[in-house]
Amino acid sequence: MNRSESRSVPGKQYRLVTCTINGKAVETMVDVRASLTDMLRNDYRLTSVKKGCEVGECGACNVMIDGECYNSCIYLAVWADGRDIRTLEGLMGPDGELSDIQQAFIDEAAVQCGFCTPGFIMSAVEILESGREYTREELKKQLSGHLCRCTGYENILNAVEKTMKKRLSST
Amino acid sequence: MYDLKALYEAESVSHAIRLLEEHPDAKVIAGGSDILIKIREGKLKEPELVSIYGLDELRGVMLEEDGTLRIGSLTSFSHVTKNPLIQRHMHVLGEAVDKVGGPQIRNIGTIGGNTCNGVTSADSASTLFAYDALVELAGPDGVRVVPIQDFYLKAGCVDLRHGEIETAVLIPKASYEGYAGHYIKYAMRNAMDIATLGCSVNVKLSEDKECLEDVRIAFGVAGPVPLRCPAAERAAKGKKAEDETYRQFAAEVLKDIRPRESWRASKAFREHISQVLARRAMEEAVNRAGGEKR
Repeated sequence: MNRSESRSVPGKQYRLVTCTINGKAVETMVDVRASLTDMLRNDYRLTSVKKGCEVGECGACNVMIDGECYNSCIYLAVWADGRDIRTLEGLMGPDGELSDIQQAFIDEAAVQCGFCTPGFIMSAVEILESGREYTREELKKQLSGHLCRCTGYENILNAVEKTMKKRLSST
Repeated sequence: MYDLKALYEAESVSHAIRLLEEHPDAKVIAGGSDILIKIREGKLKEPELVSIYGLDELRGVMLEEDGTLRIGSLTSFSHVTKNPLIQRHMHVLGEAVDKVGGPQIRNIGTIGGNTCNGVTSADSASTLFAYDALVELAGPDGVRVVPIQDFYLKAGCVDLRHGEIETAVLIPKASYEGYAGHYIKYAMRNAMDIATLGCSVNVKLSEDKECLEDVRIAFGVAGPVPLRCPAAERAAKGKKAEDETYRQFAAEVLKDIRPRESWRASKAFREHISQVLARRAMEEAVNRAGGEKR
């Protein structure tokens, strides 16, 4: 079947989506009505991608697509075709170890209920991988697409800032 | 899952036009940060969508031979801000679109979607009005170019004919060369908020940096669509770049704005801040154009 062609099932429309998820090449038939959140959670069981507001305001479903952060709830699953997607699960080390930024969230008590955490951490990954040093004000702006109803944000900023400084001083 | 009746993915601009002709009720989806929310909220029921998101030929910023700045309609806000040509020639537009939503929204939201959505609060719109931008549209009858002031017809409604899609926003060289601008978004929060009022001013100074050779000002949320303030522009054009000019300029703004009462702010409040923002944006624009602060 032609990749761009969608298969018609009476009343339903499916389309083959081939992409890379956390470094692994995968493909599956997707209902064209699905959001990327739906596909990641239901087809790939990547449940770090949370369903929060589902209108692109809270950032709980944030994932990286080709190196940039997107709210996957307002991203059609069919658009993921050919793209490189990263979720929080991809940060895990070979023996299940946490990454430095995840450990920093624990150390700084930046997690309470944990619902917003995967989204925040993926935005933090984009910040950390840029290799740039951001001021605290700039970090606030970079993280402003996430809502956290527990921590009051200060500890989250501390975790990201400390990890950023640690990474920059070790290079 | 979104309540879609059908989704058609365009593979080229001409394919998109064909799909829109074949499916007359279909709506265009670019980044989707407006339309998908409308579907989620039930305001748009079981639509057919033509997705143009995959059309990479509509992404990016370039300078045409005659110096026109061409912004592809699918260029995301974050890519507009990061673009070196925008930073050099129209810095204020990069800053304005950097005020939209939050970082993830700026990665998905497109400048074409922002203009085609037709809302007065669009953060790109007042600056595009203030720079006399042109909108390029492709449709079954070919390509046409419309001044952005004519493109906005009424609240939520733009001059997009059946089968047409926006392909680019154009800023002619004469419109940006020698100008410096400033945009102020007044909102309750610094992120993830919609403007209570937006004000974009740009100026061109005389060689000695003493006089305002040209002044342009546009507002968002000061009327049903973004608007320019000709009276204020007349009051400042050709005058000295000084306090008295700025005062008159700000006062004249009231002659052209038509703000309304809304839950976000009262009419009186919008009338008040429009003058304050006009003056502040003017002072900063003059400052950026190399004028003295006085």
